[in-house]
Amino acid sequence: MKKIVRYTLVASLIALGTSCKQEKKLPIYGDREAKIIKDASGNEKIDTIYKTIPNFKFLNQDSIEITQNTFKNKVYVADFFFTSCSTICPTMHRHMKTIYEKFKSNPEVMFLSHTIDFKYDKPSVLKKYAQKLGVDVPQWQFVWGNKEEVYKIAEKDYLVAVQEDNTATDGYIHQGWLVLIDKHKRIRGAYDGTKPEEVEKLKNDISILLAEKE
Amino acid sequence: MTLKKIVLYSLFLGAIAMVIHACQSASEIELAKYHSNGKDIYKTKCQNCHGENGEGLGELTPPLTDTIFLQQNKQKLACYIKNGVNEPMEINGKIYHEKMAGFKDMHDIDIAQVIVYITNSFENKQGMYTYEQVANDLKNCK
Repeated sequence: MKKIVRYTLVASLIALGTSCKQEKKLPIYGDREAKIIKDASGNEKIDTIYKTIPNFKFLNQDSIEITQNTFKNKVYVADFFFTSCSTICPTMHRHMKTIYEKFKSNPEVMFLSHTIDFKYDKPSVLKKYAQKLGVDVPQWQFVWGNKEEVYKIAEKDYLVAVQEDNTATDGYIHQGWLVLIDKHKRIRGAYDGTKPEEVEKLKNDISILLAEKE
Repeated sequence: MTLKKIVLYSLFLGAIAMVIHACQSASEIELAKYHSNGKDIYKTKCQNCHGENGEGLGELTPPLTDTIFLQQNKQKLACYIKNGVNEPMEINGKIYHEKMAGFKDMHDIDIAQVIVYITNSFENKQGMYTYEQVANDLKNCK
């Protein structure tokens, strides 16, 4: 009898423990504002408006115009690079490729690499680069845009610093963030693409984000 | 043979053995020094493209695991590093044709050390390569 009591106690403790476990959620980054809205029955409510990535139009490696529609209902990883970059970009893309390998069978995950070399990295150059990296697939978009549009979306929306600099090794300087965007176009994380441990965290966070309930 | 002679001979042979042994370990120490300095240089200048284990990156950057290529082109390695490369290369049976920027600022000793690291890592085992050899090989760059 004593035994049975003990077992039930242990079992109920386990049950308690698992039921209390909160679903893990990623933070939402960027400025936010409060907006007063009215619900269906006319009561006023305060709603939080989060920062989202605005619509964009860029040419991809196949010279096809892509927009936000390409990433509709997708979780995606965005970054900024250029093909002739010999410093941090190869490391970033070596790591990004391992993320791609992990999620390539998941149609909900995509990748978006923007070139900041608007002069040289035209779609045909991006195509060759993607092929040689071994990831010329619809799931990973490499895009070109004019300087104003790409640099603006980098700094204002993805919060990644990029700039032209004649004194830098390859003519540009930029940060190596891999930015995680959710299905509502919100920033959910930024990870240093040159550090293996941060890239592992990103892989983990993508899984958490995919499991999140709407 | 008298006992005295035997003792003398063995002392003599022992001395020679000691000298050889000492020389060998001095050159081994030198090799180890080059190798470990070379590793630091590799990490800061080469690893981002060629990878931690010399695995390369897709078809963008060739691997450093083709031991035969590295052996046959040993005299050209210093030129590749100092002046960069822009010619097709067949490595592990695959053609790579991407531009590598040169490292004009590297000194002969740094080039020697990084070459020692590369040619004694990633399955390569070519032994020592001195900065004097670098200076010599650099004279013959195309």
